[in-house]
Amino acid sequence: MFAFIATTIFCFILWLLFTFNGDIWGIDEIIAGIILSLIAGVASAKIFIKDYKLANPVRWLFILAYLPRFFYEMAKANFDVAYRVITGKIKPGIVKISPNLKSDISITILANSITLTPGTLSVDVDDEKNLYVHWINVKDEALRKMPRDYKSVCSTFPDWARRIGE
Amino acid sequence: MIWEIIYIFLGIGIVFNLLASIGLMRFPDVYTRLHAGTKCTTFGSIFVCLAVIIYGLWKWYDGNKEMISLAIHSFFALIAILLTNPTGAHAIARAAYRSGVKPVNAVVDDLEGKK
Repeated sequence: MFAFIATTIFCFILWLLFTFNGDIWGIDEIIAGIILSLIAGVASAKIFIKDYKLANPVRWLFILAYLPRFFYEMAKANFDVAYRVITGKIKPGIVKISPNLKSDISITILANSITLTPGTLSVDVDDEKNLYVHWINVKDEALRKMPRDYKSVCSTFPDWARRIGE
Repeated sequence: MIWEIIYIFLGIGIVFNLLASIGLMRFPDVYTRLHAGTKCTTFGSIFVCLAVIIYGLWKWYDGNKEMISLAIHSFFALIAILLTNPTGAHAIARAAYRSGVKPVNAVVDDLEGKK
């Protein structure tokens, strides 16, 4: 029940934002918004809210703290890819990393962060939540030992994902 | 002043989108092409969206009330791009690997034989 109410309110706020055109909303817009958010709430409450981890405000503070670092890494990634586009120097490979994350939220955050940051692209995830990462420029020191050190692939992102989503 | 900021942001966005298209042509296989196709297009689109948001907020501040919806819609487009672009790339890479496309010139392939 709580999931349904939260989803409906979220959809209604989105509706209000989308239909805002600098003036106060008309009564017909608001009624249409309530009806549509109720339909969306019934349809998607089970998918949208699976557990209540993200209801904790501390996790939102961690997300806010994570964003600047994420954008910095993303800018670095873009100059790296731009360099490789121009020079054509690549040394690709698929490496397996074990970030030891359990929840779906944290593994999603980690996979998306890996895809958007320097030289790495997540390809697959197996049942034990090990990530398989396509790496455009494999460093030699990561190849020596078999349980690969995730620090060289994605720096401290697993720690951030653990703080946000575990 | 604001026009200059908007032009700079548009310029950065277009340069990165251009690099992404060059990367799509130059790289040898589907995985490396996805590298170019996700990172650079996301970064470029962020700057294009930021330019539109600044333009919308500026015109709204000048008294053109409807322009606020331009800024809000671009902001949500930005969030949608940030969330869906890596997810889509992930799906394409996984599908490519499962249908038997091997990375070209790979020095290591931990996923081999894991299906």
